[in-house]
Amino acid sequence: MSEPKHGAWSTVVAMVTHLGHRVTSALQQLGFVARFFVVLLLSSGQSFRRIHLTIRELYFSGFQSLLIIMVSGLFIGMVLGMQGYETLQRYGSADALGVLVALSLVRELGPVVAGLLFASRAGSAITAEIGLMKATEQLTAMDMMAVNPIGRVVAPRFWGGVISMPLLAALFSVAGIFGGYLIGVVFIGVDEGAFWSQMGASVDFYHDIWSGIIKSFVFGIAVSLIAVFEGYDAVPTAEGVSSSIKSTVVQSALAILALDFVLTSFMLREA
Amino acid sequence: MSDDNLVEIKDLDFAYDDRPILKGISMQIPRGKVVAIMGGSGCGKTTLLRLIGGQLKPSRGEVLVDGLSVPKLRHDELYDLRRRMGMLFQFGALFTDISVFDNVAYQMREHTDLPEELIRDLVLLKLNAVGLRGADQLMPAELSGGMARRVALARAISLDPMLIMYDEPFAGLDPISLGVIGQLIRKLNDALGATSIMVTHDIQESLQIVDYIYFMSDGKVVAMGTPDEIRASQHPFVHQFVFAQADGPVPFHYPAKPLVEELLGKAAHERA
Amino acid sequence: MSRKLLDLWVGIFVAMGLAGVLFLALKVGNISAGNFAETYPLTAKFANIGGLKVRAPVKSAGVVVGRVADIRFDAKDYEAVVTFHINESYRFPKDTFALILTAGLLGEQYIGLDPGGDEKMLQANDVITKTQSAVVLESLISQFMFNKASEGPTE
Repeated sequence: MSEPKHGAWSTVVAMVTHLGHRVTSALQQLGFVARFFVVLLLSSGQSFRRIHLTIRELYFSGFQSLLIIMVSGLFIGMVLGMQGYETLQRYGSADALGVLVALSLVRELGPVVAGLLFASRAGSAITAEIGLMKATEQLTAMDMMAVNPIGRVVAPRFWGGVISMPLLAALFSVAGIFGGYLIGVVFIGVDEGAFWSQMGASVDFYHDIWSGIIKSFVFGIAVSLIAVFEGYDAVPTAEGVSSSIKSTVVQSALAILALDFVLTSFMLREA
Repeated sequence: MSDDNLVEIKDLDFAYDDRPILKGISMQIPRGKVVAIMGGSGCGKTTLLRLIGGQLKPSRGEVLVDGLSVPKLRHDELYDLRRRMGMLFQFGALFTDISVFDNVAYQMREHTDLPEELIRDLVLLKLNAVGLRGADQLMPAELSGGMARRVALARAISLDPMLIMYDEPFAGLDPISLGVIGQLIRKLNDALGATSIMVTHDIQESLQIVDYIYFMSDGKVVAMGTPDEIRASQHPFVHQFVFAQADGPVPFHYPAKPLVEELLGKAAHERA
Repeated sequence: MSRKLLDLWVGIFVAMGLAGVLFLALKVGNISAGNFAETYPLTAKFANIGGLKVRAPVKSAGVVVGRVADIRFDAKDYEAVVTFHINESYRFPKDTFALILTAGLLGEQYIGLDPGGDEKMLQANDVITKTQSAVVLESLISQFMFNKASEGPTE
């Protein structure tokens, strides 16, 4: 390229070059992640053959997230109960409160909010753990001991997350429905029979609950993959690990919201 | 290759991207010996260990371990070879989430079907060899630097390897721990009938325990010999290294413009 | 932490999660054996289906007996062809009347089946001929106003 003399022109060229660089490096990163995912799947055998490896991760990412998930679910359900009642009673259909709470939770809020909480509670912990193991050469040491770190360290954490996520999202929804019940029926006094029966009549297992479970499963794959990749790919220093933790949380949140949009549009079209 | 060399390195080149690290290295590590590879920080010593362990691939040249060409091995063959190697990392690299006992038992559990009682006896024997049998239930975070290094050593020898590699085994240790580790390296090598490669820049400690020394500088082997030869060597680099002189073939200054020019800059030029 | 204790907590976690899914399925989604029961398809043609949607319930005497599976437009007769799946255990006579009804004033629309007295029963893929279309609010209002107007100013 000839040297542009004009100042403005060279700024434009620099910006376009910068944009091109961003795009190519993003694509390259995507390629890395895809290759990593394939290797991860190929090395997953021992996560199930030696199931206690995965059980241990279920404890750390699943059981330990239980409290925050259920408490948050309860609060969100209580807010839904109050806001929903406020709106519905204007149209004289406060009986539909159960439907509103249940549908909002199982279709959207359960998978999405539980996913966001899971990313910041368990995802960041997974990244930190793997990143620190890398920074202290534990992964290299493992590799030198002829133990594949992707099979031994990464895959169990990934599967632990993938299995935990739908269960946590379901429990989030249950806690939320209970919260809505608490506010709507116990405090405000919506008819209990109408609350449950309208809910039962309007919530479809396949189209509402099953699609919520599918969503949470997809979010679980996305968050767990981002978390283990960021940890494994971390620059092996204290700053490197902390910046990886940050990007786990940011990327997980973006991935969840973007995937939610895509999945929702497919699910609604199908219905 | 002759049978009495466990490791042979021939004409080895290695570069990170375009930055050459190793340029035409050749070495022979005889069976049963303790060999030190020395050189200043950043001269490619650790890279060399990783090439021997198969974690990096050379851009040119040959690495033979026990007659096998390491860069050409398939993944599973490489893992088979690594089961016969032990490596002590610079800061131990102990698994921080499991106890000292479980660290030492790790490879036995991963690679053998030994019953748990036998593993227990073996682990206690290994820990006894490094003098830490009493510390078996401690977590790595509870150990001092010297103790952690000894536990890592016990872990490195847990499957009685034929080749033990040490990456800066003396870094950051107090003089007592340093002496302990030095003695252990020598004793364990002879007791196990293994071969040891030690990457270090601690010349005084190494001279007491090793059989042979290679000196590296700027990615090349610049000198070699037995400890006695090294002590008597008139090679300027070795002399500088052994007597820890600040300036010599390894310059004190990073390459730069002459100081006068840098400080006075333009003024000096303009006057000239 | 010992392996046993860890297993116990994980067991509790997984059991709770599965119980949560089960709760959603049974209590919230109101799934019952009927949802998985065998069904048979019936078809009905309507002049106007109003706001009927796929998956809307099909009720007889107020009890859900099936669901709407498909809605198409017949370009020849300019009619809506609605296919719905009826639970295998329920049989309806040949002269059953199919109506499109509304739950409440503004509620969702569903298909009501009014059984006739025929001895012969509808078989799978049969077509219900006697139908009544949805009541469209606009036409109802205009009809009402038209009637009022035609009555004239009697007072």
